[in-house]
Amino acid sequence: MSECPVCDAEVEIAGDAVIGELLSCEDCGMELEILKLDPVELAEAPTAEEDWGQ
Amino acid sequence: MRIGLLHSLIRKEEKLLIEAFKNAGVDPVMIDDRKLILDFHNAPEIDILVERSINHSRALHALRLFESAGVRCINSHHVSQVCGDKLLTTAALKENNIAQPESRVAFTEDSALDAIEQLGYPVVLKPAVGSWGRLLSKINDRDAAETVLEHKTVLGSYHHSIFYIQQYIEKQGRDIRSFVIGDECIAAIYRSSEHWITNTARGAVASKCEVTNEVAEISLAATQAVGGGIVAVDLFESEQGLLINEVNYTMEFRNSIDTTGVDIPAEVANYVIEQVKQQ
Repeated sequence: MSECPVCDAEVEIAGDAVIGELLSCEDCGMELEILKLDPVELAEAPTAEEDWGQ
Repeated sequence: MRIGLLHSLIRKEEKLLIEAFKNAGVDPVMIDDRKLILDFHNAPEIDILVERSINHSRALHALRLFESAGVRCINSHHVSQVCGDKLLTTAALKENNIAQPESRVAFTEDSALDAIEQLGYPVVLKPAVGSWGRLLSKINDRDAAETVLEHKTVLGSYHHSIFYIQQYIEKQGRDIRSFVIGDECIAAIYRSSEHWITNTARGAVASKCEVTNEVAEISLAATQAVGGGIVAVDLFESEQGLLINEVNYTMEFRNSIDTTGVDIPAEVANYVIEQVKQQ
């Protein structure tokens, strides 16, 4: 478990989580990025840029 | 075997690829483009690089420098360059006689307006570099054309004044996305929407599409035209037959695994591993 940096809700971290992975806070819906593991550090995910995606 | 995976954010696709490589016995070397420093001489010690950056511009430049340092990349810099720019994709398809919608390029508001009227309304105005159906404009008449062209010129950055104009294809609410790995078209989906934009990122619904000979043949031809590799091909069904709309070089497939029954990440991993063995 870790804390959402936006709403402080508990966020479950999967056992196979990797740095850079995106996940959503179930309470506030914010998209989060895993910055560090052990201990887990979360941050708001970057917003989409003009050259993102396919 | 050292397989590099160039990434920034880890989306569902990258997570599935990591798992697929691990299932195949390879733990990929994760290379975060946000931390990467390239010196024009060296690159991380890997046998091959799988490009999965979310940013086209980072992928484009990183691939050029990885290749310069002697690392084979999938997809190659050439493929990323051609697929990442709709003008270059159209030129490559034309040079290989592959069916596609009529299109025009113009560089000023006045010439773009003339080009639109040459094609006839409606047309679709697209940014040359862009994705997920963003900033696409379906232009139904001259009033809309004048407005959109002025807005793009005044409010857009310089590359929005390279006007790429495509004939509008009446596609009956759906298009096809096929998935090509090497010389095989492994799967395809329909993308259906009540909106004229049928990107799944814009809410279109995916359903299974049989890979007919016709779908496979034109998808493979389009893949070869842009330089080969692992791509997703967007096709329109038109009265003239299948037309290639776009070719995507960092393909997204999360909605297509259950839909098609094809384990796309496993197919990608197996192909990459085979390419390393053949080096």
